[in-house]
Amino acid sequence: MKSDSNLEKVLAAGNFAVTGELGPPRGANLQAIKDKASHLKGMVDAVNVTDNQTAVVRMASWAVSLVLKEMGMEPNYQMVCRDRNRLAMQSDILGAAALGINTMLCLSGDHPSFGDHPQAANVHDIDSIQQIQMVANMRDQGRFQGGAEIDTPPRLFVGAAANPFGDPFELRVLRLGKKVAAGADFIQTQCIYNMERFAEYMRQAVDMGLTEKTKLLAGVTPLKSAGMARYMAKKVPGMDVPDEVVKRIADQPKDKQAEEGIKLLCEQIEQLREMPGVAGIHLMAIEWEHRVPEIVERAGLLPRPQV
Amino acid sequence: MITAERKPMEEIFRLIEPYGKILLVGCNECVTVCHAGGRKEVAMLASALRMGRMKLGAPLTVDELTLERQCDPEYAEELAMVVDQYDAVCSMACGCGVQTVAERYQGLPVLPMVNTEFMGSSESNGVWAERCAGCGNCVLGLTGGICPIARCSKRIFNGPCGGSTKGKCEVSPDIDCAWQLIWDRLKQLGQTELYSQIMAPKDWRTARDGGPRRIVREDMAI
Ligand code: SF4
Ligand code: SF4
Repeated sequence: MKSDSNLEKVLAAGNFAVTGELGPPRGANLQAIKDKASHLKGMVDAVNVTDNQTAVVRMASWAVSLVLKEMGMEPNYQMVCRDRNRLAMQSDILGAAALGINTMLCLSGDHPSFGDHPQAANVHDIDSIQQIQMVANMRDQGRFQGGAEIDTPPRLFVGAAANPFGDPFELRVLRLGKKVAAGADFIQTQCIYNMERFAEYMRQAVDMGLTEKTKLLAGVTPLKSAGMARYMAKKVPGMDVPDEVVKRIADQPKDKQAEEGIKLLCEQIEQLREMPGVAGIHLMAIEWEHRVPEIVERAGLLPRPQV
Repeated sequence: MITAERKPMEEIFRLIEPYGKILLVGCNECVTVCHAGGRKEVAMLASALRMGRMKLGAPLTVDELTLERQCDPEYAEELAMVVDQYDAVCSMACGCGVQTVAERYQGLPVLPMVNTEFMGSSESNGVWAERCAGCGNCVLGLTGGICPIARCSKRIFNGPCGGSTKGKCEVSPDIDCAWQLIWDRLKQLGQTELYSQIMAPKDWRTARDGGPRRIVREDMAI
């Protein structure tokens, strides 16, 4: 084992993993975290804690991760390259690891122009692939990015994100390959709605042997309404929502759309479980944490393994 | 002016290794002024490359040309008649010139022979210094005509930091402390009250942080 990560153990034991997501509050509200987290406890193997998601300021990802840890959950500490240089990253990583955080996810981060501080200078000192390499080297070689030795190296299960749907398509698997080569132990993908295209992506990933070197969790997000489906289809960069999917939700009366969204999601999870190379799902129930127990139950993903 | 310096010879030889016939193109503007890529430098590099490759036993044909301004499509067009004869174009212009030529001649490798460095001015013969970081919203009117972004090592807007010593920056005794310069100049101008105001956090969108920038002058577009 590379770490004490619950996610690592669940995957190593050959289980189909389930990860969830929690967006920290936009204030110093501890109770808000606990309330949201309570819905996820026992339902998922690790909870992604987003880092200033969509370039909007929120409570520190490491702090919220620590709260989850204290609640007996496994946080997946997210860190974006947008907001800090390599010094800040490495010091945060050491702090998080020392406080018992075992799993982290390396990301570039959305551009500040999308967020609440569009005036901000963005850092991007290193990119997400360099970041993966940096964390993996900190752990495996006990070296800082600058080369100096680390007295007690952090033990982290290192993850990365992948979007199978951005363009150009032929670069998507190659980029996944780069992340794996950089040392990503696991991958969580962008939300998948176009199953055919994703299956093609997985075929290529499996052919290249990538899924033997890393654990790939397929991203899913329940569509709560036709409005959300249309928004995802039109407004979210790099997202591929086929017309049939939007139509299927939109064809339902307003009060049945959420239910249809969950039904669709369960079908998708079923398909993903059958797909070669998929080691689990990453369930991003954006501001719908309270529905997670119902979703994982209906998708037949309970109980979560105790490892 | 945009400043540049010729790349190290080893790197240049590595870049051109696959090619047998190249066109070496200079630029008459900034890189001529900073002696990095004008007609004279083109001639010098061309003969160094010919000789170097001769020694390596892989002779190279190098033709020379220097454009009026390589960052302008109008002048880049002048290469149209001849570029077909070459395996690659090697450019001694700044990165803008290289990209203008590359954009015009899509199928042709266009290789940079210089490292483009900064926007600076000439301090004395053979010395160029950084003066502007192209932030897109100039504050020189508030800082005595000295740029806190390009010339302060920490980009401090309300300096000087605690490391300022005898007029020099903490980063190196070779660097003037921008805030010492700003303060001296504000005193000279009788504008010291400008310093007492706290300068607000900058909107970096006008700089590179808002994404790549463009200027569109509707009145001039055809
Ligand atoms: S304030 Fe901005 S535009 Fe003015 S000199 Fe400095 S970097 Fe250049
Ligand atoms: S010493 Fe002066 S120039 Fe250097 S970082 Fe401090 S304020 Fe800026």
